Amino acid sequence: MASDSDSDEDFVTYGTPLEPLEEDEPLKKPIPLHDQTVKDEKGRYQRFHGAFTGGFSAGYFNTVGSKEGWTPSAFVSSRQQKAEKHHARPEDFMDEEDFSEHGIAPREITTSQEFSSSRRDKAGEKARAISAQAALIPGDTLLEELIAPARSSIGVELLMKMGWKEGQGVGPRVKRKARRQQKDGGGKVYGCTLPPAGSEESEDDDEEFAPENVTFAPKDVTPVDFNPRLGVQGLGYRGLDPSLALLGHGTAEHIDLFKPQSETRNRLFGDTKSSSRRGGVVGQAFGVGALEDDDEDVYHRDSMSRYDTILGEEEPGDGLYGWTAPQQYTKKKDRSKDASYLGKILEGFTLAQKPLEEKTIFPPPSLPRDYRPVHHFRPSVDVSHLSGVSPALAEALRVSKGHMVKEEPQQAGRHQLDSGQRRALLGEDTLQGPSSVMELLRPEDRQRLLSLRNSSNPPSAKTSIPVSSHASQTSGKSAQVLPASSDLQQVSLAAWRGIQTSSQTFKPFEKNPSKQARYELYLSCLKQGDNDALEQSLDPGMTEWERSREREEFVRASILYRPTSSSLSSRFTRAKDQEDDDSVEVSPDQEGDLDDKQAAVKMKMFGKLTRETFEWYPDKLLCKRFNVPDPYPGSGIVGLPKVKRDKFSVFNFLTVTQSREAAAPPKPPESGKKSRWDVSEQKVEKKKEDLLGELLSAARNQTETKVEQTPTPALPALPASISSSDQAPGSKPEIKSSDQQSSEEKKDGDEEEEEEEESRPPMDLFKAIFASSSDEKSSSSSEGESSDEEEEKETKEDEGKMDSEPLNLFSIPSTSTTTTSSSATTTSFSSSANTSSSHQAAAVSTQASKQEEEEFGPKLPPPSAALSRGGATSICPPSKEVKTGKKSKEKKHKKKKHYKHKKEKKKKKHKKHKHKETAEEEQGGGDGEQEDGQVSTDELLKRLKSIRSHQMW
Amino acid sequence: MAFPQPRPQAPQLPQHLLRTIDCQQGAVRAVRFNIDGNYLLSCGSDKSLKLWSASRGTLLKTYSGHGYEVLDADGSYDNSQICSCSSDKTVILWDVATGQVTRKLRGHAGKVNCVQFNEEATVILSGSIDGTVRCWDTRSRRYEPIQVLDEARDSISSLKVAQHELLTGSVDGRVRRYDLRMGQLHVDFISSYFTENIKPLNQDGQCTLSSSLDSTLRLLDKSTGEMLGEYTGHKMKGYKLDCCLSSKDTHVLSCSEDGHVYCWDLVEGSLSLKLPVGKAVVQSLSFHPTETRLLTAMEGRVQVWGAEQEEMEEDVIAT
Repeated sequence: MASDSDSDEDFVTYGTPLEPLEEDEPLKKPIPLHDQTVKDEKGRYQRFHGAFTGGFSAGYFNTVGSKEGWTPSAFVSSRQQKAEKHHARPEDFMDEEDFSEHGIAPREITTSQEFSSSRRDKAGEKARAISAQAALIPGDTLLEELIAPARSSIGVELLMKMGWKEGQGVGPRVKRKARRQQKDGGGKVYGCTLPPAGSEESEDDDEEFAPENVTFAPKDVTPVDFNPRLGVQGLGYRGLDPSLALLGHGTAEHIDLFKPQSETRNRLFGDTKSSSRRGGVVGQAFGVGALEDDDEDVYHRDSMSRYDTILGEEEPGDGLYGWTAPQQYTKKKDRSKDASYLGKILEGFTLAQKPLEEKTIFPPPSLPRDYRPVHHFRPSVDVSHLSGVSPALAEALRVSKGHMVKEEPQQAGRHQLDSGQRRALLGEDTLQGPSSVMELLRPEDRQRLLSLRNSSNPPSAKTSIPVSSHASQTSGKSAQVLPASSDLQQVSLAAWRGIQTSSQTFKPFEKNPSKQARYELYLSCLKQGDNDALEQSLDPGMTEWERSREREEFVRASILYRPTSSSLSSRFTRAKDQEDDDSVEVSPDQEGDLDDKQAAVKMKMFGKLTRETFEWYPDKLLCKRFNVPDPYPGSGIVGLPKVKRDKFSVFNFLTVTQSREAAAPPKPPESGKKSRWDVSEQKVEKKKEDLLGELLSAARNQTETKVEQTPTPALPALPASISSSDQAPGSKPEIKSSDQQSSEEKKDGDEEEEEEEESRPPMDLFKAIFASSSDEKSSSSSEGESSDEEEEKETKEDEGKMDSEPLNLFSIPSTSTTTTSSSATTTSFSSSANTSSSHQAAAVSTQASKQEEEEFGPKLPPPSAALSRGGATSICPPSKEVKTGKKSKEKKHKKKKHYKHKKEKKKKKHKKHKHKETAEEEQGGGDGEQEDGQVSTDELLKRLKSIRSHQMW
Repeated sequence: MAFPQPRPQAPQLPQHLLRTIDCQQGAVRAVRFNIDGNYLLSCGSDKSLKLWSASRGTLLKTYSGHGYEVLDADGSYDNSQICSCSSDKTVILWDVATGQVTRKLRGHAGKVNCVQFNEEATVILSGSIDGTVRCWDTRSRRYEPIQVLDEARDSISSLKVAQHELLTGSVDGRVRRYDLRMGQLHVDFISSYFTENIKPLNQDGQCTLSSSLDSTLRLLDKSTGEMLGEYTGHKMKGYKLDCCLSSKDTHVLSCSEDGHVYCWDLVEGSLSLKLPVGKAVVQSLSFHPTETRLLTAMEGRVQVWGAEQEEMEEDVIAT
């Protein structure tokens, strides 16, 4: 081993080596004890603690664990994350040193059971050795050898080579005599039971049989089965065998807990000589039951004579000879004896009584004389031939296969390819020679041929080469041969004729570009109505056979894929373009088609048509408050998930802006129905003034007007009902359609003003133009009302100016023919109306707020005026009150009428309203008090009465 | 069940006027029973909310604090709290006993049409003219709503909480059903006219009742959205009027603009009662949760209707 100088350095040494002693050097002083230090492998000083205090390794510098001492693992526990149960292993409390080679729990690389094998991989070893030599680092494979599987000892290996098998007896062949004598001598068994005598008898027989000069192989050894002891019982303890204990045994046998293995095995293997007498647990240390007659030797005394005292060969009871034993001998033996070969039999299993039936192996069939062991593959069978379909169908299939089925290019056999393709596949150059026979001819001859062809008397063609025969000729031929195909040709012609659309047609021959090109040429000819479209499109360079085939294919394909324009194509539209970036996120519930639903509602088909279902994400807290588990735990979304939609759709913005405004609390709600449409539109326009240009804005103007018109019929109050509304106790919600308004009228002087009010553009427009005063629009508060009054005064003054301009403004978008963009109008308007800016805006704002208050959605019915008088019995019908002409605050008038009052009137009204309110309150308060008193007296009376009645009872 | 069930009586209808309460608070915008039907709340247009005893008709408490007319109110399950909403864009949570404002919730951009507690009064839901439903937390001191449901495209006119579901009726003609447990939103298109009011059936909660401005009430199956019944005859063209179901779910009741309360048989759809209330618009009505008792609000008065006349007569005699 030490022959290599290199390998010296590979030795592992422990401890610090002594310095090489040189002769000349003076002797060093020995280091005193207190200066001697011990360091661990990391260079940390270690103090020696003594054997009982931890030795060297008492933690980290005499602490535990780490620099900070022993740190407990961080305690983490929450509702979601419960603290895990931590199982502490002994290793957790050990130091690194303990795991080292000399520690208490060394963690070394040891061979495990999986790797141990009895035979070495010779070839692999050799290869490894070679590779180790060739490797850069010579000791490369050292580690591998360390992990090499455990190998059996050399002796075992040698034996195995000689043909020995595990378990076979080892030693020189012996005569039986000697063994037998030996056996007689030693009768010592553990426990009190002697092995049954049967085997001895059999051996006697053997003796008689065995000839003198025969030697036997040494007895086979049952491989020892090492079982780890898991319990704390003593050696050889086997536990109480229930079958034994309950069945009971002879008195001679007490239950021997320390029965040797072999004996129990014997019992297992069926020498059932002992006749069971009674059940129960009997034996030493178990006592005798009161009912039992025979007084057993309960207090059995074990004598030491029963135990082996000498280490020596234990003579087995049976004469088990090796596998080399003579046939007769083994046959004579009880079958159960063989079982001991097999080692311990699994509990619950017994040996089979009947031998397994031998498998009859039949001899292989005798080969014929001329058999040659070479396999011939069958030629591949064409599918069309295999299937029992009619040839026509097969043909159709074959023709259509190119597109119907994804066909591997290889599948088309080489016969399917034309010469050009084959050439391309093989990578050959085109032939230099003439491609057609025509070229071989002299020019004059060619000319002659052409003239001949033109004269269209094909049979007289003198050209003897059939390949160069011309289209007309072949067509004639094909017409003769295949009348059906010509019919088809006519059909296809009829189908394609006159179709000028360059629409995308199906490409049946996409695999073969040249063929496809020819096909397309054919199609284009068909479209023009050419009768000999086929002949024109076919490649003259092809052979006659190829051409005829192609002709057929083309005709079929053209019929099969005839343009769908006639019937189908109108029903399909091409897919729209892919989603581009011009999209915005919109909530999905705006997708629905209103028209469909309205139709469904009209037909009273509620259900699927009118229902839409979306995913909706409730807030986590909301779920908690409702005692409901979060349906989408972990999702961050709240509300409806958004969907992408086209950015340039105006209607998206309508809803989006609206909702946004609604969500912002400080902003007041947008005014009336009509104006709401306008508002968002204006905003949209503001946003992308220059984006889309005039064209788009003009288009939007159109849509705007449409939008304006559409809500009118949808409003609840129908024109018809308005006329009848006077009789109705409750008034109607009003529609602000200017046409109607102008038609039905009462106060002439107010008309202009009304119209102005009606047609006034939404206040947001004003706001957008004049970002100025009057942001106070809260209609509710009383101060708002007072400010209304003030503003109204001012607006009255400005009315004259205002009248014309807003009308103009509004008329512009309504006339959709004007091309001026609305942005332009707004600017022009702003320039013109600059003078009356702030007042106007204020007026409009108040107006709008008023409108909003009363127009938004269905109204509330009016409180009756009678109530202010307090009489419960005198209910004045509201309609009467209207007729009396009292300008009370009630909304029983039509809204228009309401707004048609002059501002002064309004003002007055407001004041009145206020007065009334206060009066009401006072009165109501007084009444309330009075009534309270009354009621209490009533109550008293009632109680009195009840008491009286009780007494009466 | 050893005893046979008593023979089901023919459902009685509240056709006798028991009491008329003059609320003295302007027009009564809404009238509501409390949870057990012993008290009633009237929402006045004079900014006040009043609590009455339903049996005696006495005023118990006046709650003032709103800035404009009160539009709707609801009592909590334990009668300890009242929530009300108003045109002043606020929702107010009241303490019943003291009459103090516990919380004033601002956030809606317009007048608040309808308000309701959830089952445990932990959340107030309010629907506004701004098209949103806001869920306010009564447990925390947060003044922002837990969640804003802004799916509606027009004013929310009514809402109803039923266990884990929230139904909203909107003027955009749709009934939306928010299912918290499933995390789904079902939108049913009812009418191109404004959808006014929706109420699920009290008992099984399987149907929704919606009234719209085309003078039609529709009963829809909740799960599929199919129409089960249609009730017409009343007049509802312009006003926001209430509708409800009787306590046994046998009848559908609706206000009308012609001064009557219409009562239809739920299954047959036939008009079973046309109760003349007055000459003005019957604006609001509320059915007793267990008994056959009906509240109607017309102008400034609240009327209590019952099935029998007797006790009322006794009272009259007594007085």
